[in-house]
Amino acid sequence: MTASEAPAIGLTHVGSEDTGLGHRGPESKSIVVPYGFWLFVLSDMVLFSALFATYASLAHATDGGPTSNQLFDRNLVAIETMALLLSSFTCGLAMIVAKRGNMKWTLGWLLVTGLLGFVFLFIELYEFASMIGEGAGPQRSAFLSAFFTLVGCHGAHVTVGLLWIGTMMAQIWSKGFREHIMRRLLCLSVFWHALDIIWVAIFTIVYLIGTLP
Amino acid sequence: MFGKLTWDAIPFDEPIPLVTSLVVILAVVGTGIWVWRKGWWPALWHGYITSTDHKKIGIMYIVLALLMLVRGFADAIMMRAQQSLAIGASQGYLPPDHYNQIFSAHGTIMIFFVAMPFVIGFMNFAVPLQLGVRDVAFPTMNNVSFWLTASGALLVNLSLFIGEFARTGWLAFPPLSEKEFSPGVGVDYYLVALQISGVGTLLTGVNFVTTILKTRAPGMSYLRMPVFCWTSLASNLLIIAAFPVLTVTLALLMLDRYLGFHFFTNDGGGNSMLYMNLIWVWGHPEVYILVLPAFGIFSEVAATFSGKPLFGYRSMVFATLAICIISFCVWLHHFFTMGAGANVNAIFGIASMIIGIPTGVKIYNWLFTMYGGRVRFNVPMYYLIGFMLTFVLGGLTGVLLAIPAVDFLVHNSLFLVAHFHHVIIGGVVFAIMAGYTYWFPKAFGFTLDERLGKAIFWCWFIGFHLAFMPLYVLGFWGATRRMQHIPDASWAPWLNVAFFGAAIIGLGIALTVVQLLYSIKTRDQRRDVTGDPWDGRTLEWLTLSPPPHYNFAVLPDVHGEEAYWTRKQTAIKEDRLIDEPNYQPIEMPIDTPTGVICALFASICGFAVIWHIWWLAILGLIGAFAIFVWYAWQDEHEHIIPVDEVRENARERRRIRMEHLHSLSQST
Amino acid sequence: MVPRSRAGLRFLGGKTGLLAGLAVPLAACNRGILDPVGPVGGAEKTILINSTAIMLAIIIPTMLATVAFAWWFRRGNNKAEYRPDWEYSGAIEMVVWGIPVLTIMLLGGITWISSHDLEPSKPLDSPVKPLTVEVVSLDWKWLFIYPDQGVATVNQLVVPAGTPLNLKLTSATVWNSFFVPQFGSMIYTMPRMTTRLNLQADRQGIYDGLSSHFSGDGFPGMQFKAHVVPPEQFAAWANGARSNGLALDAKSYADLSKPSSYVKPMTYGTVTPGLFNAIATKGGPPPLPPVPPATEQGG
Repeated sequence: MTASEAPAIGLTHVGSEDTGLGHRGPESKSIVVPYGFWLFVLSDMVLFSALFATYASLAHATDGGPTSNQLFDRNLVAIETMALLLSSFTCGLAMIVAKRGNMKWTLGWLLVTGLLGFVFLFIELYEFASMIGEGAGPQRSAFLSAFFTLVGCHGAHVTVGLLWIGTMMAQIWSKGFREHIMRRLLCLSVFWHALDIIWVAIFTIVYLIGTLP
Repeated sequence: MFGKLTWDAIPFDEPIPLVTSLVVILAVVGTGIWVWRKGWWPALWHGYITSTDHKKIGIMYIVLALLMLVRGFADAIMMRAQQSLAIGASQGYLPPDHYNQIFSAHGTIMIFFVAMPFVIGFMNFAVPLQLGVRDVAFPTMNNVSFWLTASGALLVNLSLFIGEFARTGWLAFPPLSEKEFSPGVGVDYYLVALQISGVGTLLTGVNFVTTILKTRAPGMSYLRMPVFCWTSLASNLLIIAAFPVLTVTLALLMLDRYLGFHFFTNDGGGNSMLYMNLIWVWGHPEVYILVLPAFGIFSEVAATFSGKPLFGYRSMVFATLAICIISFCVWLHHFFTMGAGANVNAIFGIASMIIGIPTGVKIYNWLFTMYGGRVRFNVPMYYLIGFMLTFVLGGLTGVLLAIPAVDFLVHNSLFLVAHFHHVIIGGVVFAIMAGYTYWFPKAFGFTLDERLGKAIFWCWFIGFHLAFMPLYVLGFWGATRRMQHIPDASWAPWLNVAFFGAAIIGLGIALTVVQLLYSIKTRDQRRDVTGDPWDGRTLEWLTLSPPPHYNFAVLPDVHGEEAYWTRKQTAIKEDRLIDEPNYQPIEMPIDTPTGVICALFASICGFAVIWHIWWLAILGLIGAFAIFVWYAWQDEHEHIIPVDEVRENARERRRIRMEHLHSLSQST
Repeated sequence: MVPRSRAGLRFLGGKTGLLAGLAVPLAACNRGILDPVGPVGGAEKTILINSTAIMLAIIIPTMLATVAFAWWFRRGNNKAEYRPDWEYSGAIEMVVWGIPVLTIMLLGGITWISSHDLEPSKPLDSPVKPLTVEVVSLDWKWLFIYPDQGVATVNQLVVPAGTPLNLKLTSATVWNSFFVPQFGSMIYTMPRMTTRLNLQADRQGIYDGLSSHFSGDGFPGMQFKAHVVPPEQFAAWANGARSNGLALDAKSYADLSKPSSYVKPMTYGTVTPGLFNAIATKGGPPPLPPVPPATEQGG
């Protein structure tokens, strides 16, 4: 405490110069809510890191069962990846039109996003089903346990995302573009893009490296 | 229909759990009826259960922690009694399956449902007040977090009456915890309860990091935050970075147990060493999640009761963040005896010791905070000094354990048990008791009885040393932990001393209850009318005791490191308060039953998963989703406190403060 | 057998011996890890005592200062100078960071050197040919296989004095930890995994051994005795054991691996070759009996 500061008690900061972070007092909700959601996404990234670490340490523990080279189909995964990347793009479009307050196009792009998510999920489930059909289910070996858990956890996130998209569409439709609806929409798009980033990592670490000759 | 659940799950043939459960059930029902007869239900429902007020949620956390402390202590004294009795030819009064449940429950409850709720409770209560704001960033989520923690605690305690608890130790190492070796529901209770409460803790972490980084009073820059806020920030960053790993680890074990996966099983290529690594990647930061806020409490106590600013504030902040980061680089020291090789062991050993540096600096900074001060020996100061004397020795044994060559001799022994109780009781519990005494008047408007408080301190201090110093000796003799039966009769004297020490701690816990009741009874003589009973330095002492729902009529304007102290000194010197500000209506979050209903569904779902009642589990999930959507559909999440009410309350507060400060200014 | 650094540590021990003697009165007790009977345990005990002494040299003054400062600066003491604004001193900060840093640098050096010298898998330096023992933890007893002697024991480890022990360890069920406190280092036994431990016992006698990692309901009964006998007597014991009728083959192993606790020591005269490797890699001997009795841990 300096001498010049001592008598200055009162609301002197109102309108005064900003001298550092936090000097203006609490941030508004439009900052705080997405910030908290980013932190949550960060924790989700940590969760996936733990799953990646598990996968990496068990990738060769096939227990005499099928290996990644025998199981993965790059072409199928490529289509899957395209669907998810495209859905991120349409999610971005939905955000742009939502900011302009265009109800019809927002719902439309969200619907397309959801449908692409469904396509992704369908291909994933098809892949899982065919692997299980070949006797390469998660109970076969530690490698397959790790594979199904890592990819399945991402799939579960996509499922939650789809539920969220549905709920969000209903909310936008019934309540319009209110401030708190827009905040949620922003969080949804952060979530959806984060799933994309995680998928890129899965695609690289699991499928690409897993099918190297 | 009911999965694995049958009448056999109720322990009709085991008198100890049966009688205990019946007494607990009677007590809960009795309390419920008593509250109902008194007509307090509405106040409880609106004032606490559905409250989004961070202070009320903090109090609920601490009540939960106190209740669980009694349960966890009951486990502890039963273990000590068994080890004093089951020596040589005698098998004691607890068969292995029961004893093993008790030590597993003791560890699980003490860490997850005593230490964590206490620490999170204090953060809830004090952090927004110290930051000079009205609530946390996400008040409803805060309520949800609390009830999810309570739901986990409920499930752990339910295992006493329906089924069994884990018999695998508090970290449930596989393959022992795999279906093959633990086919019962005990491990499932453990896993499900921790998953549910873990989600609550993670949400708390997100909530508090956002609160501390994004919502502070005007002028409260990072380097003006009280040290308790800094340590809370570090602790919550650790939560965000560590708890997802716990979630994954437990989820993988659940997949093994429920769906026959092969993560940690003996066959199928599973690797149990992976579990050991993952659980400690969470487990070591967890230690600092607990102890950093404890350091924060002691920093507040040291400054307040020495009548002096904290010595080396910036050094403290730096040390806190150093501990926060290094704590992620030391997990391997929990299993040097796995045979990872000399280089790995040495690097992790040295990294573990390096944490001792910032910790040591903190000790010296508290020491020099007292230097040149006017130390008042109130109860929190007793705990601070008791802590400083105890913790340095606990740190010493910790550094010994960090030397792989020494760890090869004492790992898993009673020496280890003594060490972590040394730092957790000497560090965390002492801080909890100090914080409880320190903030109690702020929460309820009257102080706790000092004489009884000092008696409680001596019970903990003496009881701790009697209970755990003998374990160091036994550790040197080669005694290992988790023994239902003691092979060597010559250990008996030391074990008896340990039992006696535990009994003294028990007396301390009993006196805590007496102190609370006595203080409530005599509350009129111990009112804190000023809002500042300890001559405090941080913003929580600026407002009244107990503070209004909105904490501050106008967010305080912060100048300097000690926001309130600066203000107070100026006011005393000038013998006047700041000019009356222009009051505004205040928007506050409304109460919501979302949290408690959500946790109810989580408990139902968890119980159903434990007992393989799949339809009920699905119902529980749908219910939880429905309550979320219902909440999201509400349009009003805030209500407005009219400006007249704010102004009236604020003027009353100003009158009280003026009187108080005037009397202070007369006396100086 | 004395690596250079251990000599260095002993030198430290000499200097701080007086302090250590004061600080650890328990060192006088002749038992457990404080009474090692071999070089590994001895070196580890030295490190324990030296490190304790180094830290106590810092900690005891700190504890005294805590009490002294708190008492001298108590509110009622008018002789103490009150400095309400004194909150920083660069010199003191320097010292309070410096003391822990220097201490940890010293201890870190000890850690680095001792971790390499006492690495459990490192063979001991000795002219005597080491004795190999294969150790298997079962639910809940210890199986010791002597591959060179062709015999095996349960809950009884017989070793020649002054001979390095080369232990290979695994577990047939869950984790345990092999520990004879007076020999020194413990190490985990883990299923489908082989750990290595090198020990040596020089003093004849019978010592307690145990599992020091919780492994289930029969855990407290996993105690065994380690007999350290003169080398000639060890050879005689092995010969006598070979004439013992019991054979450890797939069938008797299946019987043995059934959960049991507080098992009396016993000896097998012959051992199916490769039994240890079969357990360490596949969990049991090749012709697996119909589902190895998958441990019924009482309901």
